[in-house]
Amino acid sequence: MNNVTKMFLNLVVIGAVSGAILAAIYHVADPMIQANKEKELKEAIFVVLPDAKDYKVIKKTVDKEEVTIFEGIDAALAPVGIAFKADGGGFQGNVGVMVGLNMDYLHLKGIRILDQVETPGLGNRISEPAFEGQFKGIEATPRVEYIKNRKPEKPNQIQAITGATISSNAVVTNINNAVAKVLKAFPKEEVERMEKEIRPASKESKEAKHGG
Amino acid sequence: MADNGNNVSLWREFKKGLWQEIPPFRLVLGTCPTLAVTNSVKNGVAMGLATLFVLFWSNIIISAVRKTISPQVRIAAYVVIIALLVTIADMFLAAVFPAISKALGPYVPLIVVNCILLGRAEAFAQKNPVIPSIFDALGIGLGFTMSLATMGSIRELLGFGSILNFKILGNWFEPWIVMILPAGAFMVFGGLIALINYISSRKQGGENLV
Repeated sequence: MNNVTKMFLNLVVIGAVSGAILAAIYHVADPMIQANKEKELKEAIFVVLPDAKDYKVIKKTVDKEEVTIFEGIDAALAPVGIAFKADGGGFQGNVGVMVGLNMDYLHLKGIRILDQVETPGLGNRISEPAFEGQFKGIEATPRVEYIKNRKPEKPNQIQAITGATISSNAVVTNINNAVAKVLKAFPKEEVERMEKEIRPASKESKEAKHGG
Repeated sequence: MADNGNNVSLWREFKKGLWQEIPPFRLVLGTCPTLAVTNSVKNGVAMGLATLFVLFWSNIIISAVRKTISPQVRIAAYVVIIALLVTIADMFLAAVFPAISKALGPYVPLIVVNCILLGRAEAFAQKNPVIPSIFDALGIGLGFTMSLATMGSIRELLGFGSILNFKILGNWFEPWIVMILPAGAFMVFGGLIALINYISSRKQGGENLV
């Protein structure tokens, strides 16, 4: 076998074998990864809406953009708040935040960082409970603000992480953008009206069937 | 000594990674993760262990196929093998241990570009049988993990006043934020290289005198 053929065969075999192995592993791993992601999303919704027992997915297209919200309902089927995902650029990549908004459309019920690739030890501290917890109960309208190196003074402020202002800012900005988008797509009155229309026919919620 | 020469040399292959050829400080390889992910002990150890896993398997595979690979295409072949292993590790963690995968974030894919892997493939696995290659991988991998843990301890202690998130220094201690920033990584890295060179030159000097 001459050398060129050998080189050629080496690479073809290694590439093909590697590709086959990866395809096989992906086939097994991908459903598990998707299931993990879905579970994480569900968990996040219940974290940001702590008094919700169930939730339903509501989708709406505004300006050709699909807006998805998760409406949390308690045992008595009363809405307790809405959750939605806020995405946007951070220091190094997307920062995805699950935001829980009270039904009064003013206070945040809580947040949970879903995706982030911020600097380890600095920016990635946005996903620590100490930072996430600050958002509980603060005012989201007109906007959330952050301040540096001091304790928050106003009801719409949180304290940024020292050395990670860009990441802290990303979280706040993403929340503000998402809140504005959701409020535009789902004005308060409309949600209440939709609530009455959707509930009897909803397939998203098991409890809704009983309620209907 | 000559009777159990085989065991001695395996032990030597293992031990060299822990001091004599400890990757970031003596070989000055794998400096990118050493600088980037050592701002806490946990991150450093996680990165070290993930690298150890990939190095272990890449040394075995490369050593096993070393006679069938043409020298001209060996680098391409090694890179594909390493990338395969890293992708497997990444998918495995995401599927089975989502929490760990989330904590490690982008470090796992970054192992592909760690020069230690290609370095060991070139310098050791392609010239040696499988068994010594395993010992080489374990030694270098553990040495790398130890180095990252040491860097992480110093930086976390000075930067946060804690080790493994456990508060060591009291409230009187004002954390040196610079230590967890990239500049601190270079300072600690330089300091440790100097210290290790100093210790080994002292050692050598001592031996020469005797």
